[in-house]
Amino acid sequence: MARDRSPAALVGAATDDAFEITFDGRPVTALPGQSVAAALWAAGILAWRSTRVGGRPRGAFCGIGQCYDCLATVNGRPNRRACLLPARPGDAITTQEGHGHAELGV
Amino acid sequence: MPNSASEAPGGGADSAPEAVPDAAPEDGAEYGPEGRADDGAAYGAECGPEYDLAVIGAGPAGLAGAVTASELGLSVALLDASGQPGGQYYRHPSPALGATRPEALHHNWPAFAALLRRLAAAEVTHLAGHHVWTVVAAPDAAGSWDVHALTGANGDEDRPGRVRARAVLLATGAYERQLPFPGWTLPGVVGAGGAQAMLKSALALPGRRVVVAGSGPLLLAVAASLAAAGARVPAVVEASDYLGYARRPGALLSQPAKLAEAAVHGAALLRHGVRLRTRSAVTQVHGSDRVEAVTVSRLDRQWRPVRGSGRRIACDALAVGHGLVPQLELAVGLGCTTRRTVDGTHALELGPLQETSVPGIWAAGETGGVGGFQLAFTEGELAGLAIAARLRGRAVAGEGRRSPRVLRRRRARLRAFADAMAAVHAPGPGWPQWLDDATEVCRCEEVTAGRIREAVADYGARDARTVKLLTRAGMGWCQGRMCGAAVACLAAQAQGPRRAQGAQPEPSPERRPLAVPVRLGALAALDEPNSPGTAEPKPTER
Ligand SMILES: Cc1cc2nc3c(=O)[nH]c(=O)nc-3n(C[C@H](O)[C@@H](O)[C@H](O)COP(=O)(O)OP(=O)(O)OC[C@H]3O[C@@H](n4cnc5c(N)ncnc54)[C@H](O)[C@@H]3O)c2cc1C
Ligand code: FES
Repeated sequence: MARDRSPAALVGAATDDAFEITFDGRPVTALPGQSVAAALWAAGILAWRSTRVGGRPRGAFCGIGQCYDCLATVNGRPNRRACLLPARPGDAITTQEGHGHAELGV
Repeated sequence: MPNSASEAPGGGADSAPEAVPDAAPEDGAEYGPEGRADDGAAYGAECGPEYDLAVIGAGPAGLAGAVTASELGLSVALLDASGQPGGQYYRHPSPALGATRPEALHHNWPAFAALLRRLAAAEVTHLAGHHVWTVVAAPDAAGSWDVHALTGANGDEDRPGRVRARAVLLATGAYERQLPFPGWTLPGVVGAGGAQAMLKSALALPGRRVVVAGSGPLLLAVAASLAAAGARVPAVVEASDYLGYARRPGALLSQPAKLAEAAVHGAALLRHGVRLRTRSAVTQVHGSDRVEAVTVSRLDRQWRPVRGSGRRIACDALAVGHGLVPQLELAVGLGCTTRRTVDGTHALELGPLQETSVPGIWAAGETGGVGGFQLAFTEGELAGLAIAARLRGRAVAGEGRRSPRVLRRRRARLRAFADAMAAVHAPGPGWPQWLDDATEVCRCEEVTAGRIREAVADYGARDARTVKLLTRAGMGWCQGRMCGAAVACLAAQAQGPRRAQGAQPEPSPERRPLAVPVRLGALAALDEPNSPGTAEPKPTER
């Protein structure tokens, strides 16, 4: 980020164990314990869903699991809240088009 | 002042849970006071041993309540959706991130560390990753409650859990109030608290140049953290006027510690060259696929934008929020009485010792009215004491503990402070003038302000519920959490300027039948007489 400061440096996080996930096929670095949304943000990616009606790009908004704007398809499974889901090595995140066939029941 | 600081997939109605074709009845887990999950038990079958107390929410309020009650001899289960204790205020990196200085993003870390030590020493069963979707009276045990939860980081793992307890403490906190404006759905526009949460828990920033906007004391805390973590914050844009504080000196000066905290944020912001623009709002976000700049306009006393006052600020993200709304679904589902707050939201009506109007159901922290982490701590402790006294049938204070009387005095002071602040930052009636007809108000269902105005003007909708039925605004995944405040306000404005100029109308207390989306398998396993579909709690409002 700007200058020499970064969130990880601020809290003295260990960044040695970084691993790779992919977003629409391209590699993205994630840290252990980071959510999928955070790893994408850190790579400068802000959108990973297109809306059902307008086809507009969306990503994380509320950051705490309340808004469902951050729904992503992870390893083929749609409608997962990227802000809550911890990234795991090798996770394949793909842009979710529309409702990616809905699975939740409300 | 940090603290002071689917189409519903399947189509649906806002009430009836939809069928999920492939959801088979699921096995569940039940937990006894030993914290052991009974793998073999079928969900909804006879409960295992019951706890004295189930605490929902492991933020400052829930932690203080759980630890206090446990130290006084109660068996306690503490459930939280999140993987880690701390709630919103004490969100911190997962241990896997190996942070050696987690306190760098927090004031008051020692108080939390002390609470975690007490939690470890006490025999509290901490059930992380448990998303509670309903609390019902136990069908086969008079006076007991069944707390039903979905499990996993996302709440979509296949093993729901159930905890039975004699008393329940609701400490579910709050979520951010959002007021829409043109461009607020562009990627890069994020909740102010959301940006804070993503930073504190996962060390991620939404951009390198982040404008912070909205209203309320949280904005200063968010700006200070973002700047400390390396983002440039070109401006903090506050819609109200800090002069409002000068008109309420009593309640504010009674809390020197809180004012000192505000001064710390102020100093940090100065050091990072952050400009505070009061009585201003972001009235337009620019960019095609992501944020490139925002327009900041001056506001008049009613929060109407002053024509010609717009200034463009280049940025790649905007963190925005207008204060907090107590999270009440579980309480409203139980029929707990609510009250209106000074800034037009709803909170639980509580007795002197934190009990709700439903005997055996208690609440602490933001559920009883937004007031910051110190108030949450105080209320949690008071509730813990009171629940222990009730279940043990005698007074339990003493031995170095703060007495209920001391805690109640502290609560009154902190509450007065919070109310004074809430009044200063309450949305002005003119904010809908930020909207143009194309602005999406409901993010989930993509319903524009124009369609809502049409429902109001042409079809006579006068309240949020009717607007929702006509337009689907508020029917999506988030169940109206993001747009509810705005929709209610737009509907009420149709009732004429006098009504709309008064206290901001908020949606009536959240009557979401389920606190989190639930798959049919879990619902089907609920014991019939108390399933959310059949129980008809009657929330009342004083
Ligand atoms: C996004 C956000 C960020 C914030 N950031 C700050 C900040 O930086 N500084 C500050 O001073 N204040 C902040 N606040 C204000 C915050 O509300 C604090 O005042 C304080 O954390 C309140 O304590 P609490 O215990 O009442 O609730 P919280 O701390 O909000 O804790 C509530 C807990 O309940 C859990 N929960 C809620 N519903 C359920 C459910 N159905 N099932 C299971 N668990 C559930 C949540 O996961 C959470 O851990 C923030 C608020 C929000 C919404
Ligand atoms: S960002 Fe709101 S649910 Fe994930």
